[in-house]
Amino acid sequence: MSDIADRVKKIVVEHLGVEEDKVVESASFIDDLGADSLDTVELVMAFEEEFGIEIPDDAAETIQTVGDAVTFIKGAV
Amino acid sequence: MFDLTGRTALVTGASGGIGGAIATALHAAGATVALSGTREGPLRDLAATLGERAHVVPANLSDAQAASGLVKDAAAAMGSVDILVNNAGITRDNLFMRMSDDEWQQVMDVNLTGVFRLSRAALRPMMKARWGRIVNITSVVGATGNPGQGNYAAAKAGLVGMSKSLAYEVASRGITVNCVAPGFIATPMTDSLTDDQKGRILSQIPAGRMGAPEEIAAAVLYLASPEAGYITGATLHVNGGMAMI
Repeated sequence: MSDIADRVKKIVVEHLGVEEDKVVESASFIDDLGADSLDTVELVMAFEEEFGIEIPDDAAETIQTVGDAVTFIKGAV
Repeated sequence: MFDLTGRTALVTGASGGIGGAIATALHAAGATVALSGTREGPLRDLAATLGERAHVVPANLSDAQAASGLVKDAAAAMGSVDILVNNAGITRDNLFMRMSDDEWQQVMDVNLTGVFRLSRAALRPMMKARWGRIVNITSVVGATGNPGQGNYAAAKAGLVGMSKSLAYEVASRGITVNCVAPGFIATPMTDSLTDDQKGRILSQIPAGRMGAPEEIAAAVLYLASPEAGYITGATLHVNGGMAMI
């Protein structure tokens, strides 16, 4: 696990209040981790802050899973 | 009751009669306030009267950039914006058939779009804090209509629908979104009415008098308070019984 993936996981665990072992790369925020649409907006906000990046709305829409987030952030930092 | 100590509030249109009274009431309850408006002079005067915990953040809300910039300025001055009071508004009255696109658009830009942009900008930190209050000042005419104010009434009614939709979205995050709808309030704007006009207005008000800006401010203070945490999506009418809705 890279540093970025660990930090993403930590944010997801804290924000959604889910068990750490459920936060795998393939886990969908909404379908697997119980997030609602507002949670996903807040997650994107949290990622932006943690990594000091801007995630535009059209990119945010493509971030559906933990792996999507890690991939996007790796490309953006 | 209604202690806002440690809270921060941004009030737009604070150079006007109602906005000034709202800022004064929130400040008296312990809040730090940021006073916004287009006229810096009256804002400075009000800040000087209030003394500590008062900041001046001028902005012209018809400018798209100014709205998000204003929230940033206010947050920079106060550390956060816990309470947003969207009070700024303009009128461009005209009979519907004579109303120009410009008169329509100017009112929409400031009274509806400006509130949308300011609220959107203020929401992010409120969501993080899991606490926030947005109070939009609408008008009795948004509910009843008023000849010569098709643009103004549309914008004010629009605010009610917008507030309810937003209230749905953010209720689970401890943020409430409500409206206060003043009736006829004694301000410099209504002072310019003729006695004849005033008489006609008063004949429609069961209370038999115009409201005071402080009576609007009291409603805003209540909705901004921790005690009103279970009220969201509501419109509080403050109109002396003029429209019981």
